[in-house]
Amino acid sequence: MTELAHDTILYLDGVTVSFDGFKALNALSLVIEPGEMRAIIGPNGAGKTTMMDVVTGKTRPDAGDVYFDGSVDLTRLDEVAIAELGIGRKFQKPTVFDNHTVWNNLDLALATGRGPFHALFGPGNGAEAARVEEILEVIHLSDRRHVRAAYLSHGQKQWLEIGMLLAQEPKLLLVDEPAAGMTDAETEATAALLRRIAREKSVVVVEHDMAFVRALDVKVTVLHEGAVISEGSIDHVSEDPRVIEVYLGR
Amino acid sequence: MILARFFADGLDWRAGFVIAVLVALAVAVPLLNLYAPPDSPFHVPTYAVSLTGKYLTYALLALSVDLIWGFCGILSLGHGAFFALGGYAMGMYLMRQIGSRGVYGNPELPDFMVFLNWKELPFTWYGFDMFWFAALMVVLVPGALAFAFGWFAFRSRVTGVYLSIITQAMTYALLLAFFRNNLGFGGNNGLTDFKDILGFNIQADATRGALLAASALALAAAFLICSAVVASKFGRVLVAVRDAESRTRFLGYRVENYKLVVWVLSAALAGIAGALYVPQVGIINPSEFAPANSIEIVVWVAVGGRGTLVGPIVGAVLVNFAKTWFTTGALAPYWLFVLGGLFVAATLFLPRGIVGTLAGLRLRGRHAIPAAAEAPTPNPQAAE
Repeated sequence: MTELAHDTILYLDGVTVSFDGFKALNALSLVIEPGEMRAIIGPNGAGKTTMMDVVTGKTRPDAGDVYFDGSVDLTRLDEVAIAELGIGRKFQKPTVFDNHTVWNNLDLALATGRGPFHALFGPGNGAEAARVEEILEVIHLSDRRHVRAAYLSHGQKQWLEIGMLLAQEPKLLLVDEPAAGMTDAETEATAALLRRIAREKSVVVVEHDMAFVRALDVKVTVLHEGAVISEGSIDHVSEDPRVIEVYLGR
Repeated sequence: MILARFFADGLDWRAGFVIAVLVALAVAVPLLNLYAPPDSPFHVPTYAVSLTGKYLTYALLALSVDLIWGFCGILSLGHGAFFALGGYAMGMYLMRQIGSRGVYGNPELPDFMVFLNWKELPFTWYGFDMFWFAALMVVLVPGALAFAFGWFAFRSRVTGVYLSIITQAMTYALLLAFFRNNLGFGGNNGLTDFKDILGFNIQADATRGALLAASALALAAAFLICSAVVASKFGRVLVAVRDAESRTRFLGYRVENYKLVVWVLSAALAGIAGALYVPQVGIINPSEFAPANSIEIVVWVAVGGRGTLVGPIVGAVLVNFAKTWFTTGALAPYWLFVLGGLFVAATLFLPRGIVGTLAGLRLRGRHAIPAAAEAPTPNPQAAE
């Protein structure tokens, strides 16, 4: 392992992924500090989702290093092992368990024994009710706890999924377009929710919506064609000529 | 343990009803067969006892398929294989019970082995003269095959239609293997001419009644176990896998282990169904492995209502009653068209099956929120 990864929560160096010759990630390097919240923006096809796939073990990189917490080589682990390490992921399209109630969605996500025999014979539902209550409060769904997730609004599903990430008690959250399809009020509430979460955890947010990124008020990384082209405050990157060219020049 | 908690939570009325009906069947049908005078309207003829017993084993088989298909989204088109293996294990015990009463009078070898000029019992038959050993094999053989199959299939993340196709291939391969005389299981004639089970004449009315009662009670027990499994956290994870497999994985669940456990449980239940089926129909042969049989099971489940546990029991009994009725009359040649039509009609007009649709109607009237496991929105096979 490399010395540089020391004292980082997530360390990507020279990560390359190609699909049939198309380089989705092209020697991508990115470092997230513990406790940091980072926004990642970039046009369609910039490699944002592929980057998350690599970190969560869904895709293996062709080259490059990926380290979690300074020392754990993520390229050798599968999704489940990575989830157990403490990396939670929210998908672009809200993915919750439609046939389960809000409560059961959170209960399933709790970081308790996840083996099949523990689930068969272990303590039943409600063993960690207090923790579920707490999360319901954070994601503003306390009064909808017994509703099946299928009946939630789009925005509420996004929050439920964020709540499920919290229930996993991760050290690092990867959040893919949390504000997509939300009303302005919901977007505002989501930004507040993420800022609150970021007080305790490291968070990487991928987003298209510039107003939302501005509301997050954190360091921004701009991806283009699988590599970082700019990094800094939102004002800094939006004045960067390369960013302007990528976003406006076509 | 899991059953204890299930009972503590209170039996839901539907489960209680199913158990009550099955226990009543187990008691009433044999008694009415044995003790009601033949001219009484309450008399149950012997053929009806065997027929009912056969339907109950089919219901158990359908239940085992619903457990994996309805709750975990694994569409098996090869469950007939587990049923047939359980049946063969029981058939081998019944063959050994014949003893020297066979046509060739060999006390050690079944008739077909004498006919093939075999001199000694193949090792695969060792132990099958003992009931407890055969009973163990009824569960272990299908369970072991399911474990080996599931281990590789689920680990390699074979899902959806691809998994269904390889389950078909599995049962077809077994069909071909069991057709071969030198495999030592009776070739295409299979195993038949049974005489006794546990020392009782297998043709006697009382034995038939007892077999029916055993089938009804086995079904009731399996129904309880399945209900407890789907009501547990394990069951909620199964539904989660069915509806959003990769989400479940990103939450840190080893999806393949969950699938493997429920798959092996389901195969064992199918094996038990086969073992109860064979003494009641008096024969087991390789045609039980036919791929079409396995597809038929799926039709029973779809018609009755996938993901309801009650539905497959209702579906198996109704469809097989219809089959008996059709295939014994002038309409016999058209049965397969009816079966196919039934599947299409159920898919188009009753996507949740008979029980699922009825449950939906009841709930709509009551403004209740359906429990997750009870009213699943049938997902199209998760094409991940």
